[in-house]
Amino acid sequence: MRKMIIATLGLLLVSVPLAAHHGAAALDTGKEITLKGTVTEWIWSNPHCFLQFDAKDDTGTVRNWAVETQNPTAMTQRGWSRTSFKAGDEVTVILEPVKNSQPIGRLLTVVLPNGQKLIAAPPTVPATAP
Amino acid sequence: MRQHLALFIVASLAVFASVLMRAQVLPWNNAGLSGPPTGPSAPAPRRDLSGTWDAGNAGIQPTGHIAAPFTAQGEQMAKANHPGNGTRLVSVADDNDPLSTMGDPTGFPRIIMYELRPFQIVQTSNQVLILYMFEKRWRVIWTDGRALPTNPDPRWYGYSVGRWVDDTTLVVNTVGTDDRTWLDNAGNPHSNSLRVEERYHRVNQRTMELTVTLDDPVVYTKPWTAVEKLQINLMPNGSDLMEMIPSASEAAAYRRVIASQAKTK
Repeated sequence: MRKMIIATLGLLLVSVPLAAHHGAAALDTGKEITLKGTVTEWIWSNPHCFLQFDAKDDTGTVRNWAVETQNPTAMTQRGWSRTSFKAGDEVTVILEPVKNSQPIGRLLTVVLPNGQKLIAAPPTVPATAP
Repeated sequence: MRQHLALFIVASLAVFASVLMRAQVLPWNNAGLSGPPTGPSAPAPRRDLSGTWDAGNAGIQPTGHIAAPFTAQGEQMAKANHPGNGTRLVSVADDNDPLSTMGDPTGFPRIIMYELRPFQIVQTSNQVLILYMFEKRWRVIWTDGRALPTNPDPRWYGYSVGRWVDDTTLVVNTVGTDDRTWLDNAGNPHSNSLRVEERYHRVNQRTMELTVTLDDPVVYTKPWTAVEKLQINLMPNGSDLMEMIPSASEAAAYRRVIASQAKTK
């Protein structure tokens, strides 16, 4: 029962208007990475907000990631705000990386230390254009 | 039986939440309607489009609109545009969209072809003013019977005149737009010779439809209707709108932090 209610509310959440100013040509569409890290900056801006955080890679090297979301208007409709994160927050980030292995990508979900999930976007449908 | 009851409760919750979201108006910073209104509406008032309106996601066309075929010159102009979306999309690292990469004005008609976010209409005795949430820009549509300028100095938002063709339909004609702007998010170009007709038809008290026809013989081989009967819904009275301003400094930060690292070669 609880799962059904959560699923229903989730459906309502993603049914609000979407917007995207650019496509997914740079993204490794369909691939997902989960990283635990520390927020260094949360930029609330147009055309995209982006979250920067430090996370260790497989070799233990710390890399500073930058992952984008939609614009503030669209994110507000998903329940996000300018104060969703502050530097030092410990977060788990699920993201869609770019193809070139740089530490950037598209933010899908963030799990906060208290277990709260912030959903940014569903995974990208692979592009049909070049 | 128990499962049916659970389904009923979930469905009721969904309807309730949906209605709540649609009806909810914050005192400040509304981003738009969460869905179209339901139930009966009062008839359209006479020659009145005033109010705050929202086309929802339908007003935002990330992949652009289908345009008429290019002329030879149009083909050349299109090659210079490297859009981040649409059929000619490039990687975000190579995107040269003047709006999203430099913070240039959206311009007209792109403001209604891609970025038709919520907007307010104000009518005076001789003007219709459209105040767009996106960029916090406005347009002046003169309804005093003046003619459009001939050979105008191009402006980002052109020169517009409007006339009521019946009690519920305002037709707006625009010339003199600036060819530095794109038509849409797909990088479709236009020339300074572009002519645009917008037809705002108020269907009833809370709904209107927008149809947009473009004619640019320099770039396209024939006129075409890019937007046809786009449904736009009236927002509750008193809806304060968010700011949605693509500033040059924020565009630069995005290029520096994200786009510049996305290069594949």
